[in-house]
Amino acid sequence: MRTIKFLLQKEFRQIFRNKSILAMVIFMPVVQLLILPLAANYEVKNINISVIDNDHSSCSQKLISKVTASGYFTLTGYNYSFKQAFQLIEKDEADLVLEIPQGFERNLVRENEQQLFIAVNAINGTKANLGGAYLASIIRDYNSDIRLDLIEAGRFNRQPTATIVSSNWFNPLLNYKLFMVPGILAILVTMIGGFLTALNIVKEKEVGTIEQINVTPIKKHHFILGKLIPFWILGNVVFTLGLLVAWLIYGIVPLGSVLLLYGFISVYLLAVLGFGLLVSTFCDTQQQAMFIMFFFMMVFILMGGLFTSIDSMPEWAKVFTMFNPVSYLIEVMRMIMLKGSGMKDILKQLGTIALFAIVLNSWAILNYKKTS
Amino acid sequence: MKQFITFIKKEFAHVLRDRKTLLILFGMPVVQILIFGFALTNEVQNARIIVMDHSNDAATKQIVAKIGASQYFDVEKTVIKGKQMEAAFKKGKIKLAVIFPANFNTDLLHQNHAQVQVIADASDPNTATTLTNYISTILQDYLSDINQVANVPYRITPQIRMMYNPQLKGAPNFVPGVMALVLMLVCVMMTAVSIVKEKETGTMEILLVSPFKPLLVIVSKAIPYLLLSLINVASILALSVFVLDLPVKGSILLLFAESTLFIITCLTLGIFISVKTNSQQVAMLISLMGMLLPTILFSGFMFPIENMPIPLQVFSNVIPAKWFYIIVKTIMIKGLGFSAIWKESLILSGITLFLLIVSLKSFKIRLT
Repeated sequence: MRTIKFLLQKEFRQIFRNKSILAMVIFMPVVQLLILPLAANYEVKNINISVIDNDHSSCSQKLISKVTASGYFTLTGYNYSFKQAFQLIEKDEADLVLEIPQGFERNLVRENEQQLFIAVNAINGTKANLGGAYLASIIRDYNSDIRLDLIEAGRFNRQPTATIVSSNWFNPLLNYKLFMVPGILAILVTMIGGFLTALNIVKEKEVGTIEQINVTPIKKHHFILGKLIPFWILGNVVFTLGLLVAWLIYGIVPLGSVLLLYGFISVYLLAVLGFGLLVSTFCDTQQQAMFIMFFFMMVFILMGGLFTSIDSMPEWAKVFTMFNPVSYLIEVMRMIMLKGSGMKDILKQLGTIALFAIVLNSWAILNYKKTS
Repeated sequence: MKQFITFIKKEFAHVLRDRKTLLILFGMPVVQILIFGFALTNEVQNARIIVMDHSNDAATKQIVAKIGASQYFDVEKTVIKGKQMEAAFKKGKIKLAVIFPANFNTDLLHQNHAQVQVIADASDPNTATTLTNYISTILQDYLSDINQVANVPYRITPQIRMMYNPQLKGAPNFVPGVMALVLMLVCVMMTAVSIVKEKETGTMEILLVSPFKPLLVIVSKAIPYLLLSLINVASILALSVFVLDLPVKGSILLLFAESTLFIITCLTLGIFISVKTNSQQVAMLISLMGMLLPTILFSGFMFPIENMPIPLQVFSNVIPAKWFYIIVKTIMIKGLGFSAIWKESLILSGITLFLLIVSLKSFKIRLT
């Protein structure tokens, strides 16, 4: 016990001595949490549209004003030929081109049917899909307006209709930040915890001070614990700061129990720190440790369900995410913070993470050799 | 000149000696392309939902069968109480619940109007909206089946053509993104760390007192990474052509030239960081924590930049990855030539020049 106390004293002194790292560990997550949720927004607004009106009729004018009034589209070009409009797409100044053919109004009235041509810049599939769908629904709307204008309405509706009454639970306003903030906080805590521990032991190796520790009677698990505890505390501090930012800036108050949140984070940090320690026992230089950590972090983050849903992944990828600690944290953070899930709901995730923590840390202790 | 070559040889020896780092350096782009190509999709598929059918008549059975047949849903049919449903949402077991009231079919046929309730887990807003839309499309489908009113007057049919990417695949979007991301991180991190490492271990002093020019010390550090990065560009392109079936439409030569420009930008950024810092850990934290998420977000390949608040849109202009992303997209997917990207190239060159001048100004050859 006494040994650990002295080791802790040493570690804390080293952490507090390097002011620039400390400042970065504290401020970088806060700054990132302030900026990133604003940037990570999937809502598609401000789609740039260019219109080619070959008809110049009252009908085509109405259609154009309906499109621009919808709020989703910004009219960036009013061209006379498709070639001109296409140049706007090439220059990324337009995402969509709507072409109204000559005789649009006349054909619509006489032949009961008329086509419109839409070209979409589909490099970004999601955006193209949504933009096309918005425009199509506006045209549908416009179409029924026209029908109302031209046909006398029947006395009552003979067609059976069914409507959907939808309610959005847990996030009625569909605020995307509610979704992103817990996820980003999870990533930041993981990065801080994982990288710092991995780098720390390797630094001792690189500078050579690990030799001095190896020749003392300090036990292996003492050494590992001495490294683990300071960063565990630091991780909790970062997490607390993150929660404060979420509350003060975004007004996100965890719906569930804050205590449960801390309970989960505590176990989770043990697992991540264990992973960092394990990586550090395999490496000899900080550069190596950082790169290996970076590699795993990148895979963990991308596959963790922060940006894209895990349910949509193919089977092999789903199996992989079962071994991805980050995916559990992101899931649990969202469950507790947004849905108010309780202990009973997260038992499975908690158990898995605890198992990770035990396996990774024992592996790290076994793999740390006092003799070279 | 001979000195210079000897120095480059030394740097190569440093890089090639570290097998683990080398493995990651070359493995990273491969793994990223595979993950983005095969694991990540923005489409929502196999969402677990429950259907509560209180009516259980011919109409609801057909609608439920339609929902079950679509690839988007994984349907479970039960009737549970509101509390239990809430619990299922909280456990994350289901994403959506569809509830048919009693007498659905009777209402539909006799009163000409019926309602369906849909409850979505909107803690993930996009998935919730998408799923609700799918359900609504399926319902409309069913209605038009039973209506069979074919002759709607004054019909406007939009014909939509998807340019560049008719199947709406993800690859045309993320391959340029991954290229920007990998190059940015590899070059910035590796150069920053390797220079600071010499400072930290004290070998920088030895280099500075040698008759070799300090500037050339730095340049010889950067050259191995330039070559490594070019190999990475080649491997990413090869993967995208042969594994993802995404050909390079424009000139490959131009693509490599622009990549070289971007790599040089990143290398100078790395040098800039290394000049400003004194310990490897600080350099790593800056180049990793400071660069990773911003590069992902502000290059525009995951989230559209136009949607961000104006200050962030302005900020995104200083991220070199954004410009490179545009360049790669233009050459690779749209197949345009230099005339379409001269502006972006100019901006990248400007950023490079700026960083280079600032680094040179603050580069100290004396010990403090």
